Amino acid sequence: MAQLNRVPVREQDPKVRARNFEEVCYGYDEAEAVLEASRCLNCRNPRCVQQCPVGIRIPLFIAQVKAGKFAEAARTVARDSSLPAVCGRVCPQETQCEGSCVLGVKGEAVAIGKLERFVADWSRAHGGVPVEKAPSNGIKVAVVGSGPSGLACASDLAKLGYAVTVFEVLHKAGGVLQYGIPEFRLPKERVVEPEIDSVRALGVTIETNVVVGRTVTIDELFDREGFKAVFIGSGAGLPRFMGIPGESLNGVFSANEFLTRSNLMRAFDPSSDTPIFVGRRVAVVGGGNVAMDAARTALRLGSEVTVVYRRTEKELPARAEEVHHAIEEGIDFRMLTNPVAVLGDGNGWVRALRCIRMELGEPDASGRRSPVPIAGSEFELPVDEVIMALGTSPNPLIAKTTEGLETERHGCIVADESGATSRPGVFAGGDAVTGAATVILAMGAGRRAAKAIDAYLRG
Amino acid sequence: MYSIVRKEMLTPAICLMDVAAPRIAAAAQPGQFLIVRVREEGERIPLTICDYDRSQGTVTIVTQIVGASSRMICALEAGKSFPDVVGPLGCPSDFVELPDAELKGRRYLFVAGGLGTAPVYPQAKYLHARGARVEIVVGAKTADQLILRSEMEQVCDRLYVCTDDGSAGFHGLVTEQVKQLLAEGRQYGQAVAIGPMIMMKFVALTLKGSGIPLVVSLNTLMVDGTGMCGGCRITVGGKVRFACVEGPEFDGYAVDFDEALRRQTLYRAQELEADHKCKIGRGR
Repeated sequence: MAQLNRVPVREQDPKVRARNFEEVCYGYDEAEAVLEASRCLNCRNPRCVQQCPVGIRIPLFIAQVKAGKFAEAARTVARDSSLPAVCGRVCPQETQCEGSCVLGVKGEAVAIGKLERFVADWSRAHGGVPVEKAPSNGIKVAVVGSGPSGLACASDLAKLGYAVTVFEVLHKAGGVLQYGIPEFRLPKERVVEPEIDSVRALGVTIETNVVVGRTVTIDELFDREGFKAVFIGSGAGLPRFMGIPGESLNGVFSANEFLTRSNLMRAFDPSSDTPIFVGRRVAVVGGGNVAMDAARTALRLGSEVTVVYRRTEKELPARAEEVHHAIEEGIDFRMLTNPVAVLGDGNGWVRALRCIRMELGEPDASGRRSPVPIAGSEFELPVDEVIMALGTSPNPLIAKTTEGLETERHGCIVADESGATSRPGVFAGGDAVTGAATVILAMGAGRRAAKAIDAYLRG
Repeated sequence: MYSIVRKEMLTPAICLMDVAAPRIAAAAQPGQFLIVRVREEGERIPLTICDYDRSQGTVTIVTQIVGASSRMICALEAGKSFPDVVGPLGCPSDFVELPDAELKGRRYLFVAGGLGTAPVYPQAKYLHARGARVEIVVGAKTADQLILRSEMEQVCDRLYVCTDDGSAGFHGLVTEQVKQLLAEGRQYGQAVAIGPMIMMKFVALTLKGSGIPLVVSLNTLMVDGTGMCGGCRITVGGKVRFACVEGPEFDGYAVDFDEALRRQTLYRAQELEADHKCKIGRGR
């Protein structure tokens, strides 16, 4: 009979971690990992695998952990995932692999994410997984963007023998792993950079500081630089604002700006030259992972933080663990609340956020009950900083500068299931196609596109 | 790494550098900018592209010491390098889209203030080479703060120098010189003003009602320069625009300059602190 409850994972004390940028979760040690792995029933028809966007052989790697064969487990995971240490930390496991675990019916699902993280961390500490790749075929493929979809696509293509160059617009590779997800959830030096180095170890070249669409166009990559296929994984980087009065006041930021300053530019570290605005009282608008990240970053910088969300806790799109951590750390949540205006102090700086209370009405197209304002319920939240975390849209630059590349209404690139776009030889995947989604969905799209690019180039 | 091929101090506080950046040199157009980082811990600093040499693979940048980061740039010598240079960013000037035949004989008035002289140079050079009639009003506080004077003379038909203290050329502000040109009945098909935000605001007020279309180039705060942060947002004609990807050039009569001026002060307290090398309580 399997244990109903999972092996608890050690974490930094909430009061302590609310004041530092060290990783919140310490992860399992070997004994804990073996114990947790032994809970897996090794189902004949493993639903967890079907729910994994990159199809990791979950029962197999867990059985290898249970047997103490950690290096073998790492090889199993590496066959399907190029970023296991990242995914073990940031995947929404509760709606994917763990959400379908049989043990979850009566007790707690196997901690698949924590085990994946353990395997990846163990492997990195023990020299990593040996590189297995086909001999080089010399065929050049360009990948635009070094985020999760680009890295997944690049590593699969490199393993097949292609000469892959990844073009990254920022000065560091990793995309959202660098600029979006904070250090306390995804350490850069210890986790992100080694994972990217392991992609480089496959022979992938990463060229930073290249703005595809400005520095070089997709057509020039084909015509002048001899690339035979291009994968566009440029993400969804454009921040949205609400369009309410006062959004241009000093002290209103997109979560993208706030997080980029703290994560990519490391403004939280006194040795960084990049400034960051730290309000006394901050309102973060939104309920997704980005909102949680912005709120918890502001808290760590010393602000008092309130998250303003127009629906209820049940509808929060953020990972359950992040919401739980945010509450533990002392973030204040105002549910069923929607901003209507940012108010200024007369000198152009934020003084307060005027909000209205909401109630849930009929379900909308997404099946969620849509919030409706309650007349006459407006109130002021006194804050001197407002961070808008309302989602992001794809950057239109590549579509605008690539003739014949079809996009849809929201600026997303039109691509089929394999990633093929309206331009022969041009493939796309990840947030650039779907709009803002998750790391793992983007990786899945990158992998499928790699397969399709291989088929395309083999003719 | 992007090495500094040539460095010249134009004034004690302004330096010019040719930087090896072949991809940017190959793609740059008038009106665009780039972003540099001066060291590993460095912030991303937007700078206008003053010139580009496609055959040498270099771009020319001009930096004025205004804070800690620009001080570090100007302290770099030839032979040293920037860890990062990215570009070209932003949209090229609209006239780049026009056929040369249409540019020939077109009358341009440029108004350049201080460091704004640097981005005016490639525009004037481009237009002058295509037979446009280019007149430039260039202003500085004093004669020894005027930059690129002889270079500018090479790429225009008339150069009007103004200094606040009268130590060179016209004694007064660029707006007064512009007023005088209009009063003389000089005709222009297009005006372009680039310089401090406050100067561009007053050039717009001066030219309002003249019927001359005005383009301004906005040097807003930004982080990535590719549309991601939204820190550069400004209001143009009542609509929010991102200067980094939709600009940096906009209709000078439609820009909300007062808002743009205010947004520039966002990090002033931190910048002053950083320049004094004091990090105590930084960001708190």
